[in-house]
Amino acid sequence: MKNSDNISEGKGNSRALHPFMAMVNKEISDYIRSWRFMILLLLVFLTCLGSVSVAISNIDEAVKANATGDSFIFLRLFTASDGTLPSFFVFISFLGPLLGLIMGFDAINAEENRGTLSRILSQPVHRDYVLNSKFTAAIIVLSVMMFSLGFLVTGTGLIAIGIPPTADEFLRIVFFILISILYISFWLNLSIFFSVKFRQPATSALAGIAVWLFLTVFYSILVSLIAKAAEPSANASAGQVMAYQEFVMNLFRVLPGQLFSDATTTVLVPTVRTLGPLTVEKIYGTIPGSLPLGQSLLIVWPQLTGLVAATVICFVLSYISFMKREVRSR
Amino acid sequence: MEGPVIELTDLTKKYGSFTAVGNLSLSVDKGEIFGLLGPNGAGKSTTILMMLGLTEPTSGTLRVCGINPTTNPVEVKRKVGYLPEDVGFYEDYTGFENLMYTARLNSIPPREARERVMHLLERVGLSGEESKKAGKYSRGMRQRLGLADVLVKEPEVIILDEPTLGIDPRGVNEFLALIKRLSREEKNTVLLSSHHLHQIQTVCDRVGIFVGGHLIAVGDIDTLSRELFPHEPMVIKAGVSLDDIYNRYFEGYEKQR
Repeated sequence: MKNSDNISEGKGNSRALHPFMAMVNKEISDYIRSWRFMILLLLVFLTCLGSVSVAISNIDEAVKANATGDSFIFLRLFTASDGTLPSFFVFISFLGPLLGLIMGFDAINAEENRGTLSRILSQPVHRDYVLNSKFTAAIIVLSVMMFSLGFLVTGTGLIAIGIPPTADEFLRIVFFILISILYISFWLNLSIFFSVKFRQPATSALAGIAVWLFLTVFYSILVSLIAKAAEPSANASAGQVMAYQEFVMNLFRVLPGQLFSDATTTVLVPTVRTLGPLTVEKIYGTIPGSLPLGQSLLIVWPQLTGLVAATVICFVLSYISFMKREVRSR
Repeated sequence: MEGPVIELTDLTKKYGSFTAVGNLSLSVDKGEIFGLLGPNGAGKSTTILMMLGLTEPTSGTLRVCGINPTTNPVEVKRKVGYLPEDVGFYEDYTGFENLMYTARLNSIPPREARERVMHLLERVGLSGEESKKAGKYSRGMRQRLGLADVLVKEPEVIILDEPTLGIDPRGVNEFLALIKRLSREEKNTVLLSSHHLHQIQTVCDRVGIFVGGHLIAVGDIDTLSRELFPHEPMVIKAGVSLDDIYNRYFEGYEKQR
């Protein structure tokens, strides 16, 4: 019954927690006890189980396909698929936004509608604690979830295929999980922003889903229309074609989803050497092989910076509109 | 630190062209129960929000316990307890847990908090109900839980915004008696806003009458009636109010049981 105050009592009875930590504590326990989180967890768990089992059943083909030996077999667990079910990292790029949106869409407006926001804000806490504690708690919960999922896949793979991952592979998996958390936190911040802006949780959830649909479905249609219009003629110079390719790619790179999939493919597939167009001259003379982790990360550095920037922009927007707001009771 | 606990000087709050509060000057002394009386939308709640730093004044200055709430809201909120008009609790937490959370936000050590919360629940008449979910509380119980919630931090100043809204007449009397008793025992300063003259009359030492964002008169009830209606003869009316009938009926009913 009184499990919420067990959290703080675990650390001795005499010292009080910092109010911010008390708020984060409460938010975490609220998330974990909510039905919404259970359902999400189940959903994510099942899809990942599915994609991993597909990957495991296909991994022998992957091994046969590149018999050179140096290929990163373990990482194939995260990328292999036979076409019936998408691979693990595609699943994450699909479910990640959903996770972030669902965790944050009612963060602020639900408190406002219940009348608890004005009560909390009349306690001696800074106003941004409310926003920050919501964000921190959600990120902690999501990180724990993503890391356990990632390691669960690693462990299952280890048992199933019997080949331990190398240190390099393990680090790549860790970076993949970190990038996923970053990607999810972008969506989380976007939905927290909507929850500050809209009074009704339903509206903010809908707004979040609308943005998600626009970015995943309609934006690419829009880009292909623009691309068709801007297509250079058949006898254009190589430079023009290159410029055109760059232009279309840059249009896609506005999408956080594109940034995420660029970043994860590069990290999980060490043979990816560049994300831009390649000319024959560039490939000519290169020795086929894989990149070390540091170089892979260097390739996706702009993508990571872009994701961080998008996340920070959403956070700043919600911060500004929340701090300026007048908080009335219901 | 003697002198007024709450001091407002030329306070103005505008929403666009609408003036919610205009040139308000007011001071409340320590230990006083001050009533803000006025119709709905007179700017009472806005004034209270400004005192807590929950909204910024357009012009003018405020001092609560000698601190400026606009620039230093956290310090003010350490000393001021505020019961909003329609107080909300986390409905899937018990009454006890809700108060414990407030205690934690006030950095009260757990053991002390537990004792204090149990004591307060007893004082507001909710002992025995503490392990019930706050969502299952009735309106009157929620309001009493709200009062306990305000008292958890042991405030110097208590601000109550329409605390009796939606409680039955008997509950109102109990609630007001509770406020009066608490303020006398703890020497707290209480600011109470209401649109019921009767309620203000029974508990407040001084009253400020608020209409259309302006304070039109301040003083104790006797002075006010003399000031506002100097030429009217004293009229004594005898009668039975509905409240009395209600109270009598229910007391009789309870005795029968």
